[in-house]
Amino acid sequence: MTTTIDTTSTYTPAAESLNAVLAAGDQPSRPSAWSASVAFGWRALLKIKHVPEQMFDVTAFPIMMTLMFTYLFGGALAGSVTEYLQYLLPGIMVTSVVMITMYTGVGLKTDIDKGVFDRFRTLPIWRPAALVGAIFGDVLRYVTAGTVILAVGLVLGFRPGGGVDGVLLGMALLVVFSFAFSWVWTMFGLLLRTEKSVMGVSMLVLFPLTFLSNVFVEPDTMPGWLRVFTEINPITHLVAACRGLMSGTPDTGEITWVLVSSAVLIAIFGTLTMRLYNRK
Amino acid sequence: MSELAIETVGLVKVFGDNRAVDGIDLAVPAGTVYGVLGPNGAGKTTAVRMLATLLRPDGGEARVFGHDVRREPDAVRQRVALTGQYASVDEDLSGAENLTLLARLLGHRKPTARTRAADLLAAFGLTDAADRLVKNYSGGMRRRLDIAASIIRTPDVLFLDEPTTGLDPRSRNQVWDIVRIIVAQGTTVLLTTQYLDEADQLASRIAVIDRGKVIAEGTPGQLKASVGAGAVHVRLRDASQRHEALTVLRTVLGGNVQPDPDPVALTAQLSGEDSDRVAAEQASRALAELAAAGITVDNFALGQPTLDEVFLALTDKEVAA
Repeated sequence: MTTTIDTTSTYTPAAESLNAVLAAGDQPSRPSAWSASVAFGWRALLKIKHVPEQMFDVTAFPIMMTLMFTYLFGGALAGSVTEYLQYLLPGIMVTSVVMITMYTGVGLKTDIDKGVFDRFRTLPIWRPAALVGAIFGDVLRYVTAGTVILAVGLVLGFRPGGGVDGVLLGMALLVVFSFAFSWVWTMFGLLLRTEKSVMGVSMLVLFPLTFLSNVFVEPDTMPGWLRVFTEINPITHLVAACRGLMSGTPDTGEITWVLVSSAVLIAIFGTLTMRLYNRK
Repeated sequence: MSELAIETVGLVKVFGDNRAVDGIDLAVPAGTVYGVLGPNGAGKTTAVRMLATLLRPDGGEARVFGHDVRREPDAVRQRVALTGQYASVDEDLSGAENLTLLARLLGHRKPTARTRAADLLAAFGLTDAADRLVKNYSGGMRRRLDIAASIIRTPDVLFLDEPTTGLDPRSRNQVWDIVRIIVAQGTTVLLTTQYLDEADQLASRIAVIDRGKVIAEGTPGQLKASVGAGAVHVRLRDASQRHEALTVLRTVLGGNVQPDPDPVALTAQLSGEDSDRVAAEQASRALAELAAAGITVDNFALGQPTLDEVFLALTDKEVAA
């Protein structure tokens, strides 16, 4: 329970103390792009600290996804749950984390509509810092979700052949791609008028992208046109790369594909986002 | 003429078919408080947002200490700070965190940012509330935090967009005192307001804005004089004496005396020059004459012209011209 407090009745503006803070108001050197972004990342962490409930969607949701799909498809698709888990886990980790990226767009939308962004935009700092910092905060959420899924997987019998290194590299690759993919949502967050429409567009993009891929089944049994889609779908490549790393059979081609597409996503959607942000 | 802190020539901003700012010329001398007065929707906030580099002008020029807002936005940002109509602080963080974050964004390292935040909180009477989330602050505290955030780095120009709208009288007086102290230290303040009273209290010059245009500009005294020196409101004990009172007041004060809808009340516009003393003299003479004529006055008030009166008078002039 929080209460409103008010010190208004006891406060009298005093010239000496105000003059003292005004006199000490020289600006130190302008912060670098990096330290400005880190400061905004700190802001994101503070928000999580004050409202820890917002971590619910990166813990409960991934657990649900993992349990649901492991037991739903395990028996039918691979003969046994444990066997299917070896195939599914990297995929379900990718699906969950990529789905969580949409909250970046929704969160940014609500944030930017508040007055505080006016202040940020009048500061003499590197312009993308506020957005980069916000996504830094979201990276923590991605790592949390990935870790939760890994833990659930290990309990259920996931035994990755790539060992600790392979799993960590796979998760790192996933986080890199998710950071890049977030810029799609920041763009929509700035482009669309309401939070609901950001949510709607996110669903429309994310469902086909995650389900029409190699997350749940190998695309071999799909009709030709669908196979074409799954092959150009970046999620397919990301899942293949993560699976390779985690199972101890890294596929350099797929890893390169993921890194290049991450760079392309940032170049295109980062630029569009910044153009919209500056125009707002 | 001293150095200009803000200068705009023919500033224009169009939203769709709405010319929100339609050719505004301003010249704000450095080190003063300049009031931009106008009703809601007049274009005040839009003009301030252009000057603070939040909106790109669609036409005209705007410079802050010689730096063009369009071509050198970063140079402008180095010199300005904005306290918006809607508190520009982060509701989801504490007061201390808000100021520490902004201090870091201005280049302080974390320990010095913390010290700076603590000093500012103390100067603004917010030390006890430092660790509370801003969403639990009262309106007055939030506005103080907002102004504190604007002076983490002492700005050359401070934009205050309707700084006292929605505040109780005590908080409003605190904001006024703070503004006076900040200006005394050399910061130029551009203040937008809907209240003539506020502009009168703080500003050395005022621009009156309506529908995106400046319809009058001058010192508060000049503006008030342009609509007369104010009005005398008289309440009689006996409605039957009103006709006689009307005649007395017309003789003393000149033609412009009107009965009010209330049958015992009447209002006389004063025609004096721009000095309040002259208005007071006229009013006391009127009171003496009423007493001499045996008219009982229950209540008597000397009113300054209100924004409504200034505003209506100015817009009428516009239509007539």
